Formats: sequence, C-alpha cells, structure tokens
Amino acid sequence: MPAPIRLRELIRTIRTARTQAEEREMIQKECAAIRSSFREEDNTYRCRNVAKLLYMHMLGYPAHFGQLECLKLIASQKFTDKRIGYLGAMLLLDERQDVHLLMTNCIKNDLNHSTQYVQGLALCTLGCMGSSEMCRDLAGEVEKLLKTSNSYLRKKAALCAVHVIRKVPELMEMFLPATKNLLNEKNHGVLHTSVVLLTEMCERSPDMLAHFRKVRQLSSSQLVPQLVRILKNLIMSGYSPEHDVSGISDPFLQVRILRLLRILGRNDDDSSEAMNDILAQVATNTETSKNVGNAILYETVLTIMDIKSESGLRVLAINILGRFLLNNDKNIRYVALTSLLKTVQTDHNAVQRHRSTIVDCLKDLDVSIKRRAMELSFALVNGNNVRGMMKELLYFLDSCEPEFKADCASGIFLAAEKYAPSKRWHIDTIMRVLTTAGSYVRDDAVPNLIQLITNSVEMHAYTVQRLYKAILGDYSQQPLVQVASWCIGEYGDLLVSGQCEEEEPIQVTEDEVLDILESVLISNMSASVTRGYALTAIMKLSTRFTCTVNRIKKVVSIYGSSIDVELQQRAVEYNALFKKYDHMRPALLERMPVMEKVTTNGPTEVVQTNGETEPAVLETKPPPSGLQPASQANDLLDLLGGSDITPVIPTAPTSKPACAGGELLDLLGDLNLTGSPVTAPAPQIAQPPFLLDGLTSQPLFNDVAAGIPSITAYNKNGLKIDFTFERSNTNPSVTVITIQASNSTELEMTDFVFQAAVPKTFQLQLLSPSSSVIPAFNSGTITQVIKVLNPQKQQLRMRIKLTYNHKGSAMQDLAEVNNFPPQSWQ
Amino acid sequence: MIKFFLMVNRQGQTRLSRYYEHVEINKRTMLEAEVIKNCLSRSNDQCSFIEYKDFKLVYRQYAALFVVVGIDQTENEMAVYELIHNFVEVLDKYFSRVSELDVSFSISEIHL
Repeated sequence: MPAPIRLRELIRTIRTARTQAEEREMIQKECAAIRSSFREEDNTYRCRNVAKLLYMHMLGYPAHFGQLECLKLIASQKFTDKRIGYLGAMLLLDERQDVHLLMTNCIKNDLNHSTQYVQGLALCTLGCMGSSEMCRDLAGEVEKLLKTSNSYLRKKAALCAVHVIRKVPELMEMFLPATKNLLNEKNHGVLHTSVVLLTEMCERSPDMLAHFRKVRQLSSSQLVPQLVRILKNLIMSGYSPEHDVSGISDPFLQVRILRLLRILGRNDDDSSEAMNDILAQVATNTETSKNVGNAILYETVLTIMDIKSESGLRVLAINILGRFLLNNDKNIRYVALTSLLKTVQTDHNAVQRHRSTIVDCLKDLDVSIKRRAMELSFALVNGNNVRGMMKELLYFLDSCEPEFKADCASGIFLAAEKYAPSKRWHIDTIMRVLTTAGSYVRDDAVPNLIQLITNSVEMHAYTVQRLYKAILGDYSQQPLVQVASWCIGEYGDLLVSGQCEEEEPIQVTEDEVLDILESVLISNMSASVTRGYALTAIMKLSTRFTCTVNRIKKVVSIYGSSIDVELQQRAVEYNALFKKYDHMRPALLERMPVMEKVTTNGPTEVVQTNGETEPAVLETKPPPSGLQPASQANDLLDLLGGSDITPVIPTAPTSKPACAGGELLDLLGDLNLTGSPVTAPAPQIAQPPFLLDGLTSQPLFNDVAAGIPSITAYNKNGLKIDFTFERSNTNPSVTVITIQASNSTELEMTDFVFQAAVPKTFQLQLLSPSSSVIPAFNSGTITQVIKVLNPQKQQLRMRIKLTYNHKGSAMQDLAEVNNFPPQSWQ
Repeated sequence: MIKFFLMVNRQGQTRLSRYYEHVEINKRTMLEAEVIKNCLSRSNDQCSFIEYKDFKLVYRQYAALFVVVGIDQTENEMAVYELIHNFVEVLDKYFSRVSELDVSFSISEIHL
C-alpha cells in the first residue's frame, strides 16, 4: 500500500475541486484509503491519517471511525502522535461517545509524565471534554498539579479545574486550599487563569462567595485587597512589552479582575467600599482613544453599576456612557446603549440627561443601534417629555424598517396610554400611528382603541370626524378602517349633524357616509373582518340616520347572498331585524355604554351556548362588564344610607331584547361566534353578556358537594326572588348567585330592575338580566346572575332594591338578605 | 462564555472551527452558512455585534477572512473583540504575515 499522502497534499487537492460533488468524491476516496490503512494497523502513518481525518471533519464530513485511532495515538510514546491524538480526542470525542472512558487511564499516566508538554496536553484535553466520571477520577491529580511551581502547568491546571467544577460541582471544596496561593504569582498567565477559577467558584456557590469575601488570615490575604493591588500594579506599571496591547498592559487580565470584583461586590457593602477607589482610578486613567481602553471602561462601568457604589461613582459611570454615545465608532455606541438600558431602571434621572443623544441614535443607519435606541427611548418617556419624545418616535415609525414597526407601534400605544397629557392628544397620536403604520399594528390594538374612544365621551364628535377624513382618501390600512367604521357606525349622527368643538366641523351628508362604508365593503383590499365591521356599522346607522333607511335596507339585503359566510349570516340576520323585529331595532342598536377595560380572562370566563336552533356550538367569551355611570350607584347609596355598604354597579339593561325568539338568539349568538379577537367589539351591538340563557349551564362552576341550598331572598306582594348558589372550583372566593324572579299575581310586572349592594369587603358584579318583564301566574321567570368576590370569607350580606311596574303603577322596594347558607361564603 | 470560534472566508468555506459546546455535525455547516450570511450583509460602518438567536456574534473582517466568535450574554463584547484581534496578531507573528492559505494549511498548529 503506497504511503498515504500528506495533509498538505490533501488540502491542495481539495482546493482544486470546483464543485461540491467533486470535493465530496475526493474526500470519499481519501476516506476509503484512510479506513483501509487503519485496518492494517499501520503505526507509522497513523498520525498523518488522523490529521487528514480531522481536516475532513472540520469541513463537515463524518469522521467517527477515527475515534479509536485517536486513542491508539494517545497511547503511543511519540510526542507528535500524542499531540495529534489529543487534538483528535478534543475534536471528535465527547461525553456522548462510549469510547472516551478508555482515555482515562492514558490521561492519568500522562498527567504524571516527566515532560511538561505532555502533561499540558493531557490537562488541556481533560479540560476540554472530560466527562463527570473522568473528572471525578482525575481531580486529585489536577489538584496536585495546581500546586506545582511550574507556571506553565499551573495555568493549565487552573483551567482544567474550572472545567471539573463545571461538571462536578461537589468537588469545589477540594480546590479551595490550592487557590490561596494562586494570586501570589507573578506570571500573568497563572494570574489570569486563577482569576477565572475564582470567578467560576464564586458564581457557582454562594458559600464560596461568602468565604472569599471574608477570609482573614495573618498574612492579610484577603481577596478583595489582593485583587485591588494587582489591578493597581497593572495600571501603574510602565510599559511592559510582553503584556502590552496598544499601550495598555494586559487588558484581558484587567477585564477579568473587574468582573471578579463585580461578583464579589454585588450586594456587599464592605467589599464595595474597598473597591471604590480603584474603580475611580481605572475609570479616569484609562486611555479612551483605542478600542482596548474602551473595553476596559465598559467593564468598569458594568461593575460600578452592579455593586453598591457611592453615587459620585455612579454619576461618573453614566457620564462615561454618555461619552461613549457621542463616539463615532458604532461598536462603542451599541455597547453604551445596551448598558444604559440596563441602568435606566435604577438611575433614571441620570440617563435622562442623555436623552437627546439617544434620540439622535434613532436616526442611525445601523439596525442593532436603532433597535437599542428605540427600546431605550420607550424606557425614558415620562410625563414631562412625552410630547417631544412622541414626535421623534412617530417620525422614527415613519422611516424605520418593517421589522421594527410592530414593536414601535405597540410601544407608542403603551406610552401614550400612560402619559397622555390630554385625551385629544392621545387620540391624535393613535390616529397618526394608524395612518403611518396601520398594517403592522397588532390585533389587540383595535379593541383597545375602540374602548379608549368610547371612554372619552366628549371627544366623540371630534374623533369620528377625524376618522372619517382619514379613510376618505385611502382605506387600505385594515386596523384604521376597522376603527373608523366602528366609530362611524356608533357616532354617525354626530358626524352628520356637523357639531364639533375641537375642529372645523365638516359638512357631511348621510349619503356620503354610506358611500364610504359601501366602498369599504366592496373594495378588494378589505379583509373579511373589516367588511364585517362595515356591514355592522351600516346597520347601526339605520337607527341613527333618518332619511336613508331604505338605502341601508337595500345594502343589507344585497349581502344576504354574499359568498363570504360571515357577511351572509350578518346580512340575513339584519334583514330579519328589518322585517320581523323592527320594533326591537332601535333598542338593539342603541349607543354603546362606556366599556370597562377587560384586563384578564380570569376565572370568570363564561361559556355561552347558542340559541335553540343551533345547539351544538359553544364559544367562550370574556365578559366585559358594562359600567353604568355612577349616578345609579349614588342613588343606591343614598337609599341605603351610609354604613359600610358599597354600592354595586349593575350592568345597564338598556338594549333589552325581550325573551328570545329563536332567531334573535341566533342573531346574538352568531355575532358572538365570529372567532377572531378583533371582532370582539362587534357583537357588542347589544349588551355584552347577553346570552344569559347560556349562563345557566356553566361548566366552569360546579356545585360543590352536591349543591348549596338555595334560599328565598324576598317574597312580598306576589314577587318572589330565589337565590341559587354555585362556587367556582378555580377560584374559591367567588360565589355565583343566580336569582330567579317570579310573579304569582294575575298581572305581569314590567320594567323590572334588580339592584344589589354588599359590604365593603366584598365585590359584586351584576350581569344583565334575561329580560325586564316577569309574566303573571308564575308562568316565567327573570334570571340574573350575580358574582360575589369574597376574599376574606366573611359572612355574606346583601341589600337589594327592586323597581318594577305592576298594575299600572310604579313600585319599588328595599330589602336585606341575611339568610345566606354558610356554604355559600365559607 | 464563548460558544464557538470560526474563521470563514467570503465564499463560505470554513478555514477553522472550534466549538466549545456540542453541536451536531450537520447543524454546524448550516450554522456557519447562516453566520457568514449575516456578516456579509453588514456594511463597513455597521456595528460588529449581531444578535443571532439566543447569543451574540462578534465578528471582524481581515481581508477575505471573517473571524466570528459566538458568545453568550455574560461576556464583555468589546473584550472579545480585542481577543479576536490579539489572536490574529499572534498568528501574524507565528507565520510572519499570515494569510488565508497559512490558516488552511496549518490547522493542527492553530488549534493548539
């Protein structure tokens, strides 16, 4: 068999390959040759073959058949063989292969070899890929080597110890005595590696950390002063050629020491005090003209921020960062922005001083810098500077890359919500965001915005006018169009009547409004969700507008045969509304009340079943509780006269559909079924949790322990109110009370309103009743759900107020309910 | 902690690779290709630190060769940047004016 080619030849041949396929062919041929040579147990050329194998491994080809060969090489006596063997072991082997355990004995022998280079090789390999068993076996040897006087070996042993500790943390104590003398060395290599070892020990175990902070010995070998001394020597000493890197001696060691100081000083006053001087010295003496100096300053700043330094030092650190920001080099600016982001929580005011520089960084070309600057700007927005910052951020939104737009838009929304100086400004800002980055805005922004608009009652006219103008020209940005159609549907009458205090009122006719909504419906650019919004808006306008009802009817009936199932369903139902339930239409499409912010979908998720005609569909919806303005609550308070009763705000039963005809439930149910979160506002044409019929079957709330007995809370004048209880499994302080009101007289009771108040330690939520009419002769009941939150598990008490019309006269009554069964509140 | 150390040329050929954490061999080539793509798309006056998946890349270009080091969050990026330069200077001294060819042909020496 001819002598296998040298590595260089191989590399040269591979480089001549022009295509991937050619290269693969050559390599395979060579692999085959190597494999046969291995089989022949050829000692002389083994190392050459393994070297070639390593090269091929680096290029990405499988080389596992060489592992055993590496072992054989390690076992041989020649140094070159050993060298390649260990290298191969480091590259090819790791814990996952079973073969590596065979190496343990070889390494052990080599650790005691006479030549330091062999020992060094063994230490390196162990430190690189030793598994936990190997480490356990060989830790003693490593520790012995840690104490030798040979600095070449000491530094390698220290690094190996680091690896051992990483793999087997229990062995840390074994190395503790050896570390005492490590820092007394002059050799920087040893110093560096021992600092690494100490860092690793401190990071891994808080006990070690405490030990190092406090060790006091006669020879004053306390750790922190030692480190400080070494650092001082480094800075003060003159030019030393073997450690110099562009004018600074051994910056790597300096950085390492700073990092160890950081770990030692964190949360510890004594150590931090000892370090203050040296940190100030480093910060002021280091040259900043070269990158090296800046690297050291960066580490210093990080350390100052982390330990309990005095405020003067902190200000120094932030000023250094400010100087970094003005530097031309991108790397430095990036690093400064990153650290400022970390410190902005703690030293807010100091960072504010550099606000203008940060805002300038937004205009930088570099992507990483822009991202950092954007995050930092959002962190810096506060009540005082919100207007200025917003202007800059909006400008940034205009010009930034698409990947930033979503984050920027959400950030702007959050900041605007927290710090908006006025409602009008808030709405303006949001509109600006929608028009510039409309398509990148996140889905949940639309419902939030709608809720915000409903909340600012006095701005309705202004808002709807601006939105109308915004979509007049261009209706391609979906979120904008959705919000606009919703608003136009709600407040179209304000738009047409031309009253607006904040701005010049524009003259819009009803036809023009309908024009724009229709074009949204027809346009190709509209998503089907947007079309849903538009159709619903048109429908709502049928109650707000006076002269164009016929046109609306026509539009709605056209879409009754649309291909889009969603639109079709809506149109058909609206048609039904026109034809059969016209008397209900005004009530149904009345103005929406002010919405309370839906924060989480806690345990109060309600499962709502659809009406009788479509039985099998279930849908979960978070119940936004409609808040009634405080006037009703005040009435109740007056009546109940002050003690410790807090009023409860019932949901306004304004748009009250009567007991359901099947189709009406369909209407409400199907509106509820539109799955995407964006349409959550759309079903709120009628009162939010309207499908109370579904509430009677609430799988989330189980009657615990075979039911809590129900009580009769009130029984007078033919009106009887029963309470039934359920406790939630998920949240034991919530009790759900379902009231049933029945009427045993011969005449029905109409306009029935139930209100309730509970003591201060409770919270109460009233959901809408099923209707406001109680038919006579106990032929039907009104059902209403009350949820009581009772975190302190106190006895439940309630005062109720009932108002209704009976026999032509208005009746009202107050009562107190005290007979709650203990299981309902314990 | 340094995750890996690569020297890759502009065509995507790896001249030197050292991984300090276990990465599957087929994933390595993919990783290297992606990394070099990221580095090539940066212009000269852009920052040398890129965020890639869950770690950072620090890269430096020397003629047609890119030295890329992957680090995690606890490392000082600028110190690593200096380390790269130091390494290249050492190679320079060892090979007296090192070039890419030297790197390709003397892998075993460079590793150790």
